[in-house]
Amino acid sequence: MAVAGKWLEFTAGSLEGPAERARENAQVNETAATPPIAPDARPRLPRGVRLVHNEAQGGWVLLAPERVFKADPIAAEIVKRCTGDATFDAIVEDLATTFNAPPERVRTDAAALLRGLADKKLLDL
Amino acid sequence: MQTQTDPRPAPAGALHNPLGLLAELTHRCPLGCPYCSNPLELDRRTDELDTATWARVFREAAGLGVLQVHLSGGEPASRRDLVDITAAARDAGLYTNLITSGVGVTPKLLAALADAGLDHVQISIQDSEAKSADRIAGYEGAYVRKRALAAEVTALRLPLTANIVIHRANIERIDELVAMALAMGAARVEIAHVQYYGWALRNRAALMPTREQVERAAGRVQALREEHHGRIVIDAVVPDYYARFPKPCMGGWGRRSLNVTPSGRVLPCHAAESIPELEFWSVKDHSLRDIWESSPSFNAFRGTGFLPEPCRSCERRELDFGGCRCQAYAIAGDAKATDPVCHLSPHHHLVEQQAAMREDVPYIYRRG
Repeated sequence: MAVAGKWLEFTAGSLEGPAERARENAQVNETAATPPIAPDARPRLPRGVRLVHNEAQGGWVLLAPERVFKADPIAAEIVKRCTGDATFDAIVEDLATTFNAPPERVRTDAAALLRGLADKKLLDL
Repeated sequence: MQTQTDPRPAPAGALHNPLGLLAELTHRCPLGCPYCSNPLELDRRTDELDTATWARVFREAAGLGVLQVHLSGGEPASRRDLVDITAAARDAGLYTNLITSGVGVTPKLLAALADAGLDHVQISIQDSEAKSADRIAGYEGAYVRKRALAAEVTALRLPLTANIVIHRANIERIDELVAMALAMGAARVEIAHVQYYGWALRNRAALMPTREQVERAAGRVQALREEHHGRIVIDAVVPDYYARFPKPCMGGWGRRSLNVTPSGRVLPCHAAESIPELEFWSVKDHSLRDIWESSPSFNAFRGTGFLPEPCRSCERRELDFGGCRCQAYAIAGDAKATDPVCHLSPHHHLVEQQAAMREDVPYIYRRG
């Protein structure tokens, strides 16, 4: 069968690939102007996207179709709360309380992260 | 203290944890695609690893740090124990990706795979027009069966990727192909130019597009990415022969992934057996960790220390690792050479010559 895509699967799966990183950054910048997330949205990971902790790879990773994203501890804390039950407002409040951070700052940061994931089809909003 | 910087990179010894395992469950396949990059000599059915051995390989892979397993082939559905194999991969904690031609995956099998914990399905697509698609696949009715499977995948809410291999016969239909992927409900589409390895090398003259076609296609991919931003992710595999720099093949030799053949040989990439001087170890004789850390083939081209000029003094050396070893061997006759795809390679003219050898001849289909 078609195996020509195999190169991509693995390069796309790279945690440190500079080309990948450049593309991710480009996408993050691109999403800066997108609309904010509705307060009553209930973000959740779609089927086929999983957040797991892996010692060998040094922490939290988001597993997605033929991609692996390394999540820093803050990103992991945000994504962990995207269960489909909690509203975006509730997630922001929870994070602000847990980490003793200004809610508006948390809202902006969390919205940018979640919007970026949704644009990559890694999150349902 | 300031020390003199050695222009050469660190020695090849730096070991990373692999991320991905390509499990070639079988070389049997109902399709006959002319661009198949599997080797000319295929593993026989009687030599295929059994279910229990695959389960052990998956556990050992997870222990090495592997996160994702790609169940591939051939057509993985040619194996009757595909559900058990998938469940074993999931039990080992791996993200499971089925790479299928779409032919042979019945609705019943798909449902059982989903129940076993399958995470993602990738279906190969030959063209947006049924007649042309079936002609490329060498299989009447393949197109319809692929579309039907895609509908079943999305009905189960499994994520779907359409893998579209691009060559001269379909390169003018990038827009139609992406529209088709959207209509299929794919969240991701790979626009993958043919990589000329294995069987595909036999059909190179019949498959090779022109430079103008490749440039037009790249423009369309970029435009479609912007147009469909947030709706579908469009990934592209570059057309080697028209590239300026080589691809960072496999993210570096023995650095990111392993490939296990149907009979259990472990390769740094799935074309690696085309390099005759390499010695491959089998999961029948060694643990996966032993193979990853100590086998001669994995250590042959680790790092960048083996690279000659122009790579040795090139600032891109840690970005692309000198490109693809199999291509260096196939075109330059030396697996340690700079990938001739690079415009700086002393052998680059050979790539240009070969790209120019286009000919409208019938495909040589892969059978058996």
